Amino acid sequence: MSSFKPGKIERVAGPVIVAGDMLGAQMYEVVRVGDQGLIGEIIKIEQDRATVQVYEETAGIRPGEKVERSGKPLSVELGPGITGQIYDGIQRPLTILFEKTGPFVRRGLTLPPIDKGKKWHFVPTTKSHATVTAGDIIGHVKETSLITQQIMIPQNLSGKITSIVNEGDYTVGEPVGELDSPGGPVPLFMLNTWPVRTARGFKRKLPSNTPLLTGQRIIDFFFPIAKGGTATIPGAFGTGKTMAQQQLAKWADASVIVYVGCGERGNEMAEVLETFPKLVDPRSGEPIMNRTVLIANTSNMPIAAREASVYTGITIAEYYRDMGYDVALMADSTSRWAEAMREISGRLEEMPGEEGYPAYLASKLAEFYERSGRVEVLGSDTRVGSISIVGAVSPPGGDFSEPVTQNTLRIAKVFWSLDTDLAARRHFPAINWLTSYSLYTDILDDWYRKEIGPEWTMMRKEAMNLLQRDDELREIVMLVGPDALSESQRVILETARMIKEDFLMQAAYNPSDTYCDKIKIDLMIKLILDYHKIMQKAVDENIPLQKILDLPVKIEIDRMRLTAADNFPSFAERIEEELNKEFKSIGGK
Amino acid sequence: MSLAGLEYTTIKEISGPLLFVESVRGVGYGELARIKTPSGEERRGQVLEIGGGVAVVQVFEGTTGLDVGKTRVRFTGETVKLPVSNDMLGRIFDGSGRPIDGGPRIIPDDYLDVNGNPINPFAREYPREFIQTGISTIDGMNTLVRGQKLPLFSASGLPHNAVAAQIARQAKVVGSDEPFTTIFAAMGITADELRYFRDDFEKQGAFDHVTMFVNLADDPAIERILTPRLALTAAEYFAIKQGNHVLVILTDMTNYAESLREISAAREEVPGRRGYPGYMYTDLATIYERAGRLHGTKGSITQMPILTMPGDDKTHPVPDLTGYITEGQLMVDRSLHRKGIYPPIDPAPSLSRLMKEGIGKGKTREDHREVSDQLYYAFAEGRSFRDLVAVVGEEALSARDKLYLQFADEFERKFINQGLYENRDIDTTLDLGWNLLSVLPETELKRIDPATIKKWLPKNRGKNN
Ligand SMILES: Nc1ncnc2c1ncn2[C@@H]1O[C@H](COP(=O)(O)OP(=O)(O)OP(=O)(O)O)[C@@H](O)[C@H]1O
Ligand SMILES: [Mg+2]
Repeated sequence: MSSFKPGKIERVAGPVIVAGDMLGAQMYEVVRVGDQGLIGEIIKIEQDRATVQVYEETAGIRPGEKVERSGKPLSVELGPGITGQIYDGIQRPLTILFEKTGPFVRRGLTLPPIDKGKKWHFVPTTKSHATVTAGDIIGHVKETSLITQQIMIPQNLSGKITSIVNEGDYTVGEPVGELDSPGGPVPLFMLNTWPVRTARGFKRKLPSNTPLLTGQRIIDFFFPIAKGGTATIPGAFGTGKTMAQQQLAKWADASVIVYVGCGERGNEMAEVLETFPKLVDPRSGEPIMNRTVLIANTSNMPIAAREASVYTGITIAEYYRDMGYDVALMADSTSRWAEAMREISGRLEEMPGEEGYPAYLASKLAEFYERSGRVEVLGSDTRVGSISIVGAVSPPGGDFSEPVTQNTLRIAKVFWSLDTDLAARRHFPAINWLTSYSLYTDILDDWYRKEIGPEWTMMRKEAMNLLQRDDELREIVMLVGPDALSESQRVILETARMIKEDFLMQAAYNPSDTYCDKIKIDLMIKLILDYHKIMQKAVDENIPLQKILDLPVKIEIDRMRLTAADNFPSFAERIEEELNKEFKSIGGK
Repeated sequence: MSLAGLEYTTIKEISGPLLFVESVRGVGYGELARIKTPSGEERRGQVLEIGGGVAVVQVFEGTTGLDVGKTRVRFTGETVKLPVSNDMLGRIFDGSGRPIDGGPRIIPDDYLDVNGNPINPFAREYPREFIQTGISTIDGMNTLVRGQKLPLFSASGLPHNAVAAQIARQAKVVGSDEPFTTIFAAMGITADELRYFRDDFEKQGAFDHVTMFVNLADDPAIERILTPRLALTAAEYFAIKQGNHVLVILTDMTNYAESLREISAAREEVPGRRGYPGYMYTDLATIYERAGRLHGTKGSITQMPILTMPGDDKTHPVPDLTGYITEGQLMVDRSLHRKGIYPPIDPAPSLSRLMKEGIGKGKTREDHREVSDQLYYAFAEGRSFRDLVAVVGEEALSARDKLYLQFADEFERKFINQGLYENRDIDTTLDLGWNLLSVLPETELKRIDPATIKKWLPKNRGKNN
């Protein structure tokens, strides 16, 4: 039904087609390809020829078939009904696709991302004659038990409200008000669209000075990410990227989670779909699915839609940010996204850069991560929202020197470096404590001091120092044997072992250990460092180290991560007392 | 408008496995082409690219004997399809799906597109039914579940075929008598290797629920692109239409990847690592992701691809990309094999990602997870002292460290090592684990809950029951 004259397919090569007779077509315009009307997007224009990446399988498409233009860029629908959904890379609801076509994804279907028939309870918060600008809230809708959607003036509009509906139930397609804008009267809807390749606007960026607490000890204590920050988690296969991302999606203290399964396994999405509705958010007691949006373009789904999935995800994240929410976006895996770019670029016969990736790989990655941040959003009131991005990277052969890892490291501020040896030893999360880093630790210090106490930063430095010494001492042991160490050096090895095995290891499958709140983290590390002091004292007082290691209280410390958070403060207090008592009982002072 | 049926003699160029056919009209991407050689033989091909009146066709049976002039090409207007029926059980087909066992033609129940369609992730049911293979390192530490894709990473000279055959022989879901329907796809393996599997299936009288698709080392290489897809199409037919539980063995995926590389080179594509095409991840995914369970269907597809790692290198693109797609891997290890340990599966680099949901109370045993974790820890710890001992001698170790060292040896000899026909049930495997762990002091069993120790540690067991 487009008013444009259709073009004609001239060439088909996998996910890329070339069409002629396309004069007037625009870059990134959505087109329907072939007699089946497959969805595609224009990615190159040469005179009247357009090259199109097709988001669906192109088997059977023939030269001569038509290509219809839509006149619009690839966009997502934004409005109530997104949260809790699972979409493919171009925002087709997989639930409805399943109802329509069964277990296999069939081609050529257009499905509305948002249910147009469903009524939402709209509560207006503005009045007629109010002067409004882009981003101003005109009302709200309770989307799920965890999310209240603020209905905002679209980003390109401003003017005077001429009418607004009464509180009541409306579909997303019914106008809830009217705006007298400089361009004339415009109806206002709960549903709006936005082109995915264009970042949504905001007033200004703010410093990221609050941690995104994840409940994962090695992250929150050693390598924190800030709300609005960026982190990358590269690792060979099986080292724990997906587990880490899922742990963050489950437990991070963000208000909205956008989880992009980009070119990865179907069963991993099935797992999220089965487990998230049953898991309860530790802060609100509500199912975490009620704050989650899933974008799933698995490895066997068309590759061009994989390229788009990341943009679909970040645009949805920006929409919730604009309401004033803290959003966290997980992208698993950005390598598959980069590979999709590489494949399309190869089909366009562009000059390949490093390892065949297009020369613009670095700038695409940077543009994506730049859509994160803590910002003052549009609107005449002052609202702050944030997007934190955590991107997994899957380096070939586990070799971090490859282009995707390296270009990501130049942008992301937190590096969680996954280690194949740790994974093989089943030390999970297999984040290497010596090579990882966070550039947020300093800026977050204030927050820790205020919210937890001054000891946090000191303890972090002390524990890291011990781990570093441990590494050096282990090298010596490997060369000359353990006998070469002094007692006080052995103390360091023992403490480091406790830090690694009793603190940094965290079992995602154990309900008592999967999430660890900040108070418990603080007390756990404190117990270990106190034990360390007792060991040092023992050495000074010539008490054999083995005697300290055999204290009954040690076994309790070894298992302390299984003690529930609620009981932890009293548990820690008791352990401290017993530690001192037992130390005295073997002659310590 | 279909122009199917027109015969073209307009071959412009033949390059490796590819034909370039000129002046074609109405030909679609991915379409099946039938090629008549000058000697009258028929071959099959698939359109890889179409444009400017030229169709690029990959010929599955190879281009040997084709010429410019007399060779004729007909485009069928259809994608490559496999005729399927229940009668395929007990039968052997070549790598393009033609019977080679002298049996009758298959009367098809349906014709299915060999490329399948991607499964909607929303339609997937998370796999969680324990498959007992009777092999301790698998069942105890890298548990396989119905609907999983779990490859064997091996290398030349290692007994991966014996391991795969033993798994196929012993695999069962506890409490169910339903046998697995086994689909076996051979890509470029030797006739000896094939005979090994065939004899093994026949010996157990299991051949009537086996279907084989066979491309041997001396068969056309490009056909290997098709072979696993045929096998999986048959598997989908049995799993979805017939409700069977299907086990698919694909061997050797390294040969498959080499054929993929050959086509890519012939197309003059920008090569990726070691000359393999950049899209190999996606291509392999379209094979491996055809496994799993679906809501509303009874059957399942469990995949066990076998691949040989060139130079024993697991960072080689074939094992590497496979590991990024499959739900874990079983690593066949040369040093264990040299020590005479069978099956030489090293648990440390092996992994079953779906184990967590397949084990525990009501599935295997409540202590399973903890025993497995503790075994992993103890084996890794014990092994780590081996290098040290080589440098400084055993005397330098503490009593604790010596215990671990001894544990690692015992673990290899008693737990990993087992007979080719030894079928250990899960209780036997877990009890064996406990026995080995009981040489360590109880305070070392940090991965196990005290309550579990109280109930399951051998010395405590008599007291409870
Ligand atoms: N925190 C954890 N606790 C317990 N087990 C873990 C943890 N992290 C990872 N694992 C184990 O490691 C396995 C592999 O993890 P995961 O699937 O996240 O790897 P990955 O890096 O995403 O691999 P791929 O690149 O192949 O997708 C999991 O199936 C699980 O057994
Ligand atoms: Mg993963």
